[in-house]
Amino acid sequence: MDYFAQQLINGITLGSIYGLIAIGYTMVFGIIGMVNFAHGDVFMVSAFIALIALLILTSWLGIGSVVIALFVVLVAAMLFTALVNWVIERTAYRPLRGSFRLAPLISAIGMSIVLSNFVQVTQGPRNKSIPPLVQGEFVLSNSNNFPVTLSYKQVIIWGITALLLLAFWYLVARTRLGRAQRACEQDQKMAALLGVDVDRTIAATFVIAAALAAVAGTMYLMYYGVVSFSDGFVPGVKAFTAAVLGGIGSLPGAVIGGLLIGLIETLWSAYFSIDYKDVAAFSVLAITLIFLPQGLLGRPDVEKV
Amino acid sequence: MAGADAMPANAYRTGAHLFGAMRDAAITGLISLGLFLPLVGFQTITDIRNVLILTTRWPLLLGLVGSITACRCIYLIALAPRLERGALRPPQRTQALLGDLLRNWFIPFAVAFVIVYPMLVVLAVGFTGAVRWIDNFGVQILIYVMLGWGLNIVVGLAGLLDLGYVAFYAVGAYSYALLAKAFGLSFWILLPLAGVLASFWGILLGFPVLRLRGDYLAIVTLAFGEIIRLILINWVALTNGYAGITGIPRPTLFGIPFNAEDNGFAAVFGLEFSPIYRVIFLYYVILTLAVITCYFNVRLRRLPIGRAWEALREDEIACRSLGINTTNTKLTAFAMGAMFAGFAGSFFAARQGFISPESFTFLESATILSIVVLGGMGSQIGVAIAAVVMIGGTEIMRQLDFLKQIFGPTFDPTQYRMLLFGLAMVAIMRWRPRGLIATRVPSAFLKTRKTISVDLVTEGRG
Repeated sequence: MDYFAQQLINGITLGSIYGLIAIGYTMVFGIIGMVNFAHGDVFMVSAFIALIALLILTSWLGIGSVVIALFVVLVAAMLFTALVNWVIERTAYRPLRGSFRLAPLISAIGMSIVLSNFVQVTQGPRNKSIPPLVQGEFVLSNSNNFPVTLSYKQVIIWGITALLLLAFWYLVARTRLGRAQRACEQDQKMAALLGVDVDRTIAATFVIAAALAAVAGTMYLMYYGVVSFSDGFVPGVKAFTAAVLGGIGSLPGAVIGGLLIGLIETLWSAYFSIDYKDVAAFSVLAITLIFLPQGLLGRPDVEKV
Repeated sequence: MAGADAMPANAYRTGAHLFGAMRDAAITGLISLGLFLPLVGFQTITDIRNVLILTTRWPLLLGLVGSITACRCIYLIALAPRLERGALRPPQRTQALLGDLLRNWFIPFAVAFVIVYPMLVVLAVGFTGAVRWIDNFGVQILIYVMLGWGLNIVVGLAGLLDLGYVAFYAVGAYSYALLAKAFGLSFWILLPLAGVLASFWGILLGFPVLRLRGDYLAIVTLAFGEIIRLILINWVALTNGYAGITGIPRPTLFGIPFNAEDNGFAAVFGLEFSPIYRVIFLYYVILTLAVITCYFNVRLRRLPIGRAWEALREDEIACRSLGINTTNTKLTAFAMGAMFAGFAGSFFAARQGFISPESFTFLESATILSIVVLGGMGSQIGVAIAAVVMIGGTEIMRQLDFLKQIFGPTFDPTQYRMLLFGLAMVAIMRWRPRGLIATRVPSAFLKTRKTISVDLVTEGRG
């Protein structure tokens, strides 16, 4: 039971990270109907930006306070990653809008290759590891000599994820931009006729998606303490699985899907086989798409002639 | 940027608009500065104590940003007005002309060139130098041409977007490697067997995804491809995991091996031993396999099944209403495509003599799919040209040692191979989204057969 509780805690932490990336997939798919293949690599780039910001702060400027460092790193990663994704949308996706259906997908795959290889060329192919930023843990229970712990890192991840989801929910549900996004999602042409700047709204969607991925990237770096140029693909596919599981296009679905994928992966590793944990995630993806293509919270897609 | 682009032609000739162009270029410069500042401006290096430290690369960053700004400036002042004037001219019918030209003149020439390519190389650079050229360019490109033509059946004809094609390539490679090592069977027996096994897997993986369409189908096939690769990695008892399988038997010519021994090819024909014979032999094997794939592609389009594939691509619901069994149609497409991947896979294993899961990553699937799409889906010659451009282009990057003299000894052009590959994918999608060959000859027509623009062909919804 204690072992299970510990795995639950770890799974929710991992799931929070997946959930934040999944929102990016689901938002972009909802608004332009495209699987943004490069999103996992945007996440990886953000982790590198966070790494560099952290090194500047700690080893150059000598900032000792973890809270300030984390905050600055988070903001820097969000800003620069948002810029990266904005430029990607502008150069690789926007000119293809209205082009044939496969073009954005191929372009996104190309962009994904560009991003991971750009990082490999500029930062080198080796794993980058940093000393742990936040140490210490709460011991929740210690029966049967198996302590159930909740580390400070995990508390920070849960806290930031919850805070961001709240802010994000407010943005989509209550602001003008959120309304424009929802309008574009339903009918771009009609939204444009009613005075919504569709291009700008889509660009804003990419910027928000990148900012959330950057938070995930920063927390990934903090949690594991290591990142490499190839770390984008697998978390990207898993986050996409989360988005599909929750119902692609549905924002709460993405979060729920993320938590579920995090839990499935952690519990699978704990009880069955750690080698096959990625197989578990990919199988969930295939099974969901085959038997429940609309996901848990998505609307079924009816095809007309 | 958007505002400046919308200005009328010749606008930049006057002073005020020159200023506009400068401002625009400056904004571009600022954006690229922001873009490249973290990853190019700084570099993370692990020092001797195994601690991560930062170094800066300001000259590189400034050079990059400066050249981007300069390019943008030159484009806006010198090129954009001209391009705009060109756009005002009535569109020419170069598309169809180019297509006819290709069909009538280019193809016979290309076929002749491909057939004599090994001799030309041997004549040009001699026996020892030729191995590299025939192997890296000839054989390597032909493998991808064959894979592209194989995938073209699934994507180009049937309109099923498959992102896990490399799984069948892997099945072919591993079935040859394992069966050849376990039972000592020859390449020529196992080649068809590998194709059969791969097509069996194609049906197996095709079954669950029959109901899916478009992007969803692509993602599920991607998942299957990854699952197969992960199984190859983790099932160490069978596949030897990451370490891969070594010592895979090489193909023989009617039982004559290509080695330096007394019963080897060179000895039998009284020639001096050289690895070149095997490479040339492999070249013609893969050329034959590729030609068979191409022939199947062309002939299948005329059979009822090929017509059904194309009908399925155009409109699945209409297809079903007309009584076409979409289940069987889709499964045969998967099986056919997978079979050719299996052939290619077993050839790959036989040529390398060594295989590991590293050769069957998602990147390979993406490469093959991009070759098919960049070539213009459904166009045989387009796929071949795309394979030559993309694979040949990246192979050339391996050969550019002279760049070391320009950029210093630490410069390694091979690093930039995949970076440029990705950029080329984005660029071609941006400027030629329907691929290099954007015309088709429909397989069914009313009165006269004529070339049409590819825009009239749907790309399939699942």
